[in-house]
Amino acid sequence: MLTILFDGLAYGMLLFVLAVGLSVTLGLMNFINLAHGAFAMAGGYVAVVMMQRYGLSLFWSLPAAFVLTAAVGALLERTLYVRLYDKTHLEQVLFTIGLTFMAMATVDYFMGASPQIVDVPKALEGNFELGIVSLNKYRIFVIAVCALLTIALQLGLSKTRFGSRLRAAVDDSRVARGLGIDVTAIFALTFAFGSGLAGFGGALGSAIFSIDPQFPLKFMIYFLIVIAVGGTSTITGPFLASILLGVADVAGKYYTPEIGGHRIEIGGFVIYTIMVLVLIFRPQGLFGRAVGK
Amino acid sequence: MTAVLATEHLVRRFGGLTATNNVTFSLPAGARHALIGPNGAGKTTFVNLLSGVLAPTSGRVFLGGRDVTTWPAHMRARAGLSRTFQINQLFAEFTPLETIGLALSEAHGEGAQFWRRVGTSRAVVDEAVSTLERLGLGDVMEERVGSLPYGKQRLLEIAIAVAPKPKVLLLDEPAAGVPEGEREQILDIVAALPAEMALVLIEHDMDLVFRFARTISVLVGGALFVEGTASEVARDPRVRQVYLGESEIDHHIEPATGKTA
Amino acid sequence: MTDATATDSRSGTDRAMIYFAERARWRGPEVALWIGAFALAFLFPSRALLFNEVAILALFALSLDLVLGYAGIVSLGHGAFFGLGAYAAGLLAKAGAGAAPLSDPTLGLLFAALVCAAVGYVTSFLVLRGSDLTRLMVTLGVALIFQEIANRMAWLTGGADGLQGVAPANILGMFEFDLYGRNAYLYSLTVLMVLFVFARKIVHSPFGISLRAIKGNSLRAGAIGIPVNRRLNGAYTLGAAYAGVAGALLAQTTAFVSLDVLDFHRSADVMLIVVFGGVGTLYGAVVGAAAFKAMYDVLAAATPQYWEFWLGLVLVLLVLFVRGGVMGLLGAFYARLQRVGGRP
Repeated sequence: MLTILFDGLAYGMLLFVLAVGLSVTLGLMNFINLAHGAFAMAGGYVAVVMMQRYGLSLFWSLPAAFVLTAAVGALLERTLYVRLYDKTHLEQVLFTIGLTFMAMATVDYFMGASPQIVDVPKALEGNFELGIVSLNKYRIFVIAVCALLTIALQLGLSKTRFGSRLRAAVDDSRVARGLGIDVTAIFALTFAFGSGLAGFGGALGSAIFSIDPQFPLKFMIYFLIVIAVGGTSTITGPFLASILLGVADVAGKYYTPEIGGHRIEIGGFVIYTIMVLVLIFRPQGLFGRAVGK
Repeated sequence: MTAVLATEHLVRRFGGLTATNNVTFSLPAGARHALIGPNGAGKTTFVNLLSGVLAPTSGRVFLGGRDVTTWPAHMRARAGLSRTFQINQLFAEFTPLETIGLALSEAHGEGAQFWRRVGTSRAVVDEAVSTLERLGLGDVMEERVGSLPYGKQRLLEIAIAVAPKPKVLLLDEPAAGVPEGEREQILDIVAALPAEMALVLIEHDMDLVFRFARTISVLVGGALFVEGTASEVARDPRVRQVYLGESEIDHHIEPATGKTA
Repeated sequence: MTDATATDSRSGTDRAMIYFAERARWRGPEVALWIGAFALAFLFPSRALLFNEVAILALFALSLDLVLGYAGIVSLGHGAFFGLGAYAAGLLAKAGAGAAPLSDPTLGLLFAALVCAAVGYVTSFLVLRGSDLTRLMVTLGVALIFQEIANRMAWLTGGADGLQGVAPANILGMFEFDLYGRNAYLYSLTVLMVLFVFARKIVHSPFGISLRAIKGNSLRAGAIGIPVNRRLNGAYTLGAAYAGVAGALLAQTTAFVSLDVLDFHRSADVMLIVVFGGVGTLYGAVVGAAAFKAMYDVLAAATPQYWEFWLGLVLVLLVLFVRGGVMGLLGAFYARLQRVGGRP
C-alpha cells in the first residue's frame, strides 16, 4: 500500500514536470498544444542517445535534454506556433497533431519503433529498506529532483519580476499588455522553458517507463487530464492533479493488473472516467478556474 | 392591467461588484419606455438579465405574469421576448433572407423540422420578405450579411428581433455607431412598430430618448434611481444632478413636455 | 438590364422562393460525381476493395462533418462511434452465424445506427458542457474509455486478436459479398449515397440551418428562440449514428473487427479528411476521403513506415496555407469563373 503511494508520488511528480509547461502556455495564450508530448519524447531520446551511444551518465543527460528541447521549443515557437495564436482551436489542434505525427515518424526513422529504456545510474540502483517498506532509490531521486524543481518554479513565479509579469499575463493578457508587459516575449520564454521541462521530465522518466515513438500520443491524454483536473491559473492545481493522477494510475495498475500491452502500459480507464466526471461537474478543474474561454 | 414584463428585487453581482441592485420594475403592454443612466449604470446587465443571457444572483423575472427566472434565453424568446444587442449579433455567413426566415421558422415552432427544405412555406417566406422590405433591406436580402454596410447590418439586427412579432422588444442602443444621417431611419422604424408591442429603449442619445419615450427609468449604480413619465424625469432635479455636465438634457425639457402634453 | 426588369416584375416573395429553391437545387457536377462513383465498380473492378474503403471512409468523414462542420463541435474522439458501430454490427452478424435474419446486413446497419445514436445521445450531454477545449478532452476521454472497454471485454470482442467469424448474410438476401469486393463496394456506395442525400436534405432543412446559425453565433441563436443545446444534442446523435453505420460497413465488408477500429488514428485521420476536403460542405467528406486514400496509396507505397510523417506534414501545411479545403478552393475557382463569364 505504502509502496503504491510512493511509486504514485514519484510518477505524479514526474507527470507534473512533464505537463506544467503545457498548463502555463495554455493559460497564457489559450493555445492548445497537443504536441507537448513530442518535446517530452525528444528529451527522453536525448537521454537514450547520450547514455546508450556515448555512454554518458544520466546526470549529464538531464540538463542536456532540458537545453536541447528548450532550444527546439523556442525555435518552433518563433517560426511556426506564433502564426497560430489567432487561429481557431480546430486549426491549433490539427496543426499540433500534425507536428506530433511528424515527430513520431522522425523518431521512428532514426531510432526505430522498439521501446527504449535507459539504465539507472549505479549510485541510484536498488532499494532503501525502511522497516516494512523498501523504497526504490531512483524514485527517491525523482521525487527529490521534482520537488526541488517545483519549489524553484513556485518561488520563481512568486518572487521574481518575470514571475509576477507572467502571472499578470496569465490572469488577463489584455490588461497586461495595457500595462506595458511584453506578453509575446513572455510567452516565447515560457514556451521554451516549458518545452525544456517536458524534455527534462522525459529524460528523467526514461529510466522508469520505456520510451518509444508512440509516447506523445500515449501521454497526450495524461497531460490533458492534468490540465482538466488542475486548471491553468496556478501551478499548484496541476501539481495536485499530477500527484492524484500518478497515485490513481499506479494504484489502478496494481489492482487491475490484466492489461493488454506488455510494457508499462498506461491502462486505467478509471482515470479517464474520473477526468470525464471532473469535466462534467467542475469544468474549471478541481483546483482551478475555467480552462479555455 | 398586468405587466407584460416585470422584475422583483432583481440582483446580479460579479464578484464584489453589484451590477444590478434590487431592481423592481414593471412594463405594461404597449409601453414606450426608455432606460437611461450614465455609463456603467448596469443597463446592459439588466437587459441581459431580462432576456436570459445572464442568470440573476437573486430576485425574479416575470414574463406575461409567468415566473421565467430560471428560463434560458431561447424559452423567453419563444414566450414573446425579443431583443437587439448593443454590438451586432448576426450570422455573418447567412443572407438577410435566410436570417429572417430562420427567426420566423423558430418563432412558428418549425425549427426542429429536418425533413422539409427551408423556404417551402410561402406564408413564412412572404412574411420574411415583407419584414425585410419594411425595414429597408429588400434590396440586399440575398447578399451575405458579413459584407453588408454597417447601417444595413444594424437594421438587420432590429429586423431579427421584430420579425417574430414579440410582445416585448428590448432595444439596446439600436442607433449605436450608426452615422447621423441614418439615425432617422432607425427612429422611424421604431416609431412604426405596432402599438401593442411593449418597447424598452436603452439609449445614450437624449434626443432619441425624448422623442421616443412616454416613460423613463433612470438606472444609477445598478439601482433604479428615478421612474416616471418623460416630462417628470426631465424635470427631476436629482436626474439633472446625475447628468450634470451632460447638458443635453436641459434643452430637452421644454420640447419633451410640449410633446407629451 | 433586361434581366433586371424581368426580376423586378416578380414580387419579392417569388424571388425569395426561387432563391431558397435554388440554394438546395441538385447541380450537374453532383449528379456526375455519383454516377461516376457507381461506374468505377464496372470500370476498375480490380480496385473495388480500395473503392469500398474510400466509400466507408467518406461516410465516416460525412458523419464528422455533420458534427464539426455544421454543429461546430470539435471532436477528438469521433472514432469511438465508428468502432462501436463496427463491433455492434460485427457481433450481431456473428450471433446470426451468417444466416438471416440476424446476420442480415441491412439489419446490422440499423442496429449499429441505433446503438451509436443511443450512446451518442447520452454522451452528447457530457460533450456539450464547456468550451472547445473541454469538448476535446471529453471526446478523447470517451473514446479512450471505449478502447479500454473493448480491450478488457475480450470474451465479447476478441480483445487484441480481433472479432473473428463475422459472416454477414447476403445483401437484401440476394447479393453475395464476393471475393473481389465489387458487391461490397456497390453496397457501401449505395449506403453512402442514401445517407448523403439524407444529410443534404437535413442541411437544407430548418433544423440544418439552425445548426449553422448556432455555429455562427450561439448568443443570437438563443435570442431568436433556438434551443441551442437540444439542437446540438440532436446533431451529435445524428453524427454518432452515421459514424456507426460507417463502422458497420467496415465490419460487414471485411468480415472482421479489430481493436484498431477504436484507435486514436481513426479520429485524427477523419478530422484531416474533413478539413482537407472542406469543413461544412458535405462533399468535402467524399473528396477528402478519396484524396486521403490516394495519398495513402502513393506515400505509403513509397515509405510504408513513415506514412505518419507525410500525414503530419499535410496537416501542418493545410493549417498554414489552405483555408476552406479542396471545396473552398473549388468554390473560389467557380466564383471566379462566373465573374469572368458574367462580364461582357
